[in-house]
Amino acid sequence: MAKEFKAPKNIKYVGFCPGCGHSIFVRLMQEVLEEKGYLDKNVCVVGVGCSANVHGDNVYGDNKMECHHGRPPVAGNGMKRVRPDVFVWTYQGDGDAYAIGMGETILAAEQGFPISVFVINNCNYGMTGGQMAPTTLHGQVTTTTTKGRADYPINVMPLIQSIDNVAFAARATVTSPAEIRKLKKYIEKAVDLQMNEGKYSFVEIVSPCPTNWHKSPVDSCKWIDEEVTKVFPLGVFKG
Amino acid sequence: MIKMVTHPERCKSCRYCERDCPKDAIKPSGKMNAQGYEYMSVDEDLCILCGTCYTVCPDLVFELLEAEA
Repeated sequence: MAKEFKAPKNIKYVGFCPGCGHSIFVRLMQEVLEEKGYLDKNVCVVGVGCSANVHGDNVYGDNKMECHHGRPPVAGNGMKRVRPDVFVWTYQGDGDAYAIGMGETILAAEQGFPISVFVINNCNYGMTGGQMAPTTLHGQVTTTTTKGRADYPINVMPLIQSIDNVAFAARATVTSPAEIRKLKKYIEKAVDLQMNEGKYSFVEIVSPCPTNWHKSPVDSCKWIDEEVTKVFPLGVFKG
Repeated sequence: MIKMVTHPERCKSCRYCERDCPKDAIKPSGKMNAQGYEYMSVDEDLCILCGTCYTVCPDLVFELLEAEA
């Protein structure tokens, strides 16, 4: 018996580039919020980057706030303290969470803020045109490393994993149907941990950026599977 | 009864659906939509309504909906 697959009602139009992993994450998040009944009881906190494209009628409805660059975990913590009945999630990019916002990312994990952090890692600064980010791979060509990056990327997961206050830490990707289903499970777990136990969870999503990688969407996914996952291994790291 | 509904106007031609369709039922249609992307067409004779295209599509082009009798 075939199952019904219905698009989440909050998504009116998806404005990301062709093949972008952000779109898939946003859809999964809306599916989970709809299924768990938090559609009108959630706040999305975004920083600066491609994730900020969720504003306006572009992707979906209300309940979101754009805060200072890199500060969604602390802004979200404030909201959660005032409204503990609301699901608070941050939606950041790697430039937001690991470059300018590294202090807040680690503070939130170390203090165990009762929020859920979602970081889209696409190995460059997507919104500003593909410059080098802390997560850019060794040898990767970007607009600011035209001969390939000379130094090495930062992997936040071992640090997050080592912090006692972190209830759940996982890394997923969106390069195949199986991985997308896994990511949905991680999102569900993060929602449950926050709303039932008031715990911090951290999910990183390795996402293709075909526009700035100058590859086709399908080739971008292949590159993730072959190269990026060697540097950023997938799976559940804690919880 | 479940029926495939497509929204070709949303398609951005990333071709994840073509890559992942287990029955190779999805192919480029050879036509452009209003955004200027070549949208995909579904061969309904081959389609088994598994929902893989819905799962991988970033732009919500495919939906499997309960058809009203």
